[in-house]
Amino acid sequence: MLFATAISLIFFWVPEDAEDPAQRIFYFHVPIALTAYTCFGWGAWKALRLLWKRTESADLESYVAIHQGTIFGALTLVTGSLWAKATWGHWWLWSSRQLVLFLVLFLFYCAYFMLRFSIEPGPRRANLSAVYALFGVVLTPVSFLAIRLAEDFIHPTVFTRDGPQMTASMFTTFCVCVAAMITLFAALYSIELAGKRVDERIRELREALG
Amino acid sequence: MSEKYVAAAYLVVFVAVLAYVAIIGMKLARLEAALADLVERVRARG
Repeated sequence: MLFATAISLIFFWVPEDAEDPAQRIFYFHVPIALTAYTCFGWGAWKALRLLWKRTESADLESYVAIHQGTIFGALTLVTGSLWAKATWGHWWLWSSRQLVLFLVLFLFYCAYFMLRFSIEPGPRRANLSAVYALFGVVLTPVSFLAIRLAEDFIHPTVFTRDGPQMTASMFTTFCVCVAAMITLFAALYSIELAGKRVDERIRELREALG
Repeated sequence: MSEKYVAAAYLVVFVAVLAYVAIIGMKLARLEAALADLVERVRARG
């Protein structure tokens, strides 16, 4: 429902930006990026719960959140690249620090899987993965703030100290898109987590049966 | 000109979500088969 509403608002309600016709990508690109940050933050929170409270289920929850974050991160890079090509005429600009920082953040979380799957399942793997996830979350505000602190200003900054630099219809559409993306993350997270838990139970049952 | 990039961006998101749902669907089918196999084994044991 939220996605149908978001698509309808983007293509039939919100006015087109005369300066940047490809601006419609913004309504998906930014919410996807924000969802990726949310996923990484959620993964770090679960990692902290594992290290602090020794909640065993938090390991799987942290892994699933980071897995989702990496997917949303990849989509951020692809949609951003398409927007860049349409607006700047380049698929990628290495001189733009915010782009490179997001790529670093994405690659950092890709390496999380290499670390996780190079260690035998057990408490050691859970602890190391949790520590890595906590290190990664430090990069998230750096990447987010880089868009504001960068000197090249090639990446647009819509949210400033004076509030959102867009019309009411644009802001409403943007909020619906953010809600749609966060809901999508919540749904996919629950489904993947449930699947992984059932998989674990089946493995335990198989071992118990011999 | 820019319309094709807008379309491509939305298509990429749609395809990614579709692929993810398909992968999850396949995993669920595999889990269902594994569960059915376990039920059979438990029944065979009596």
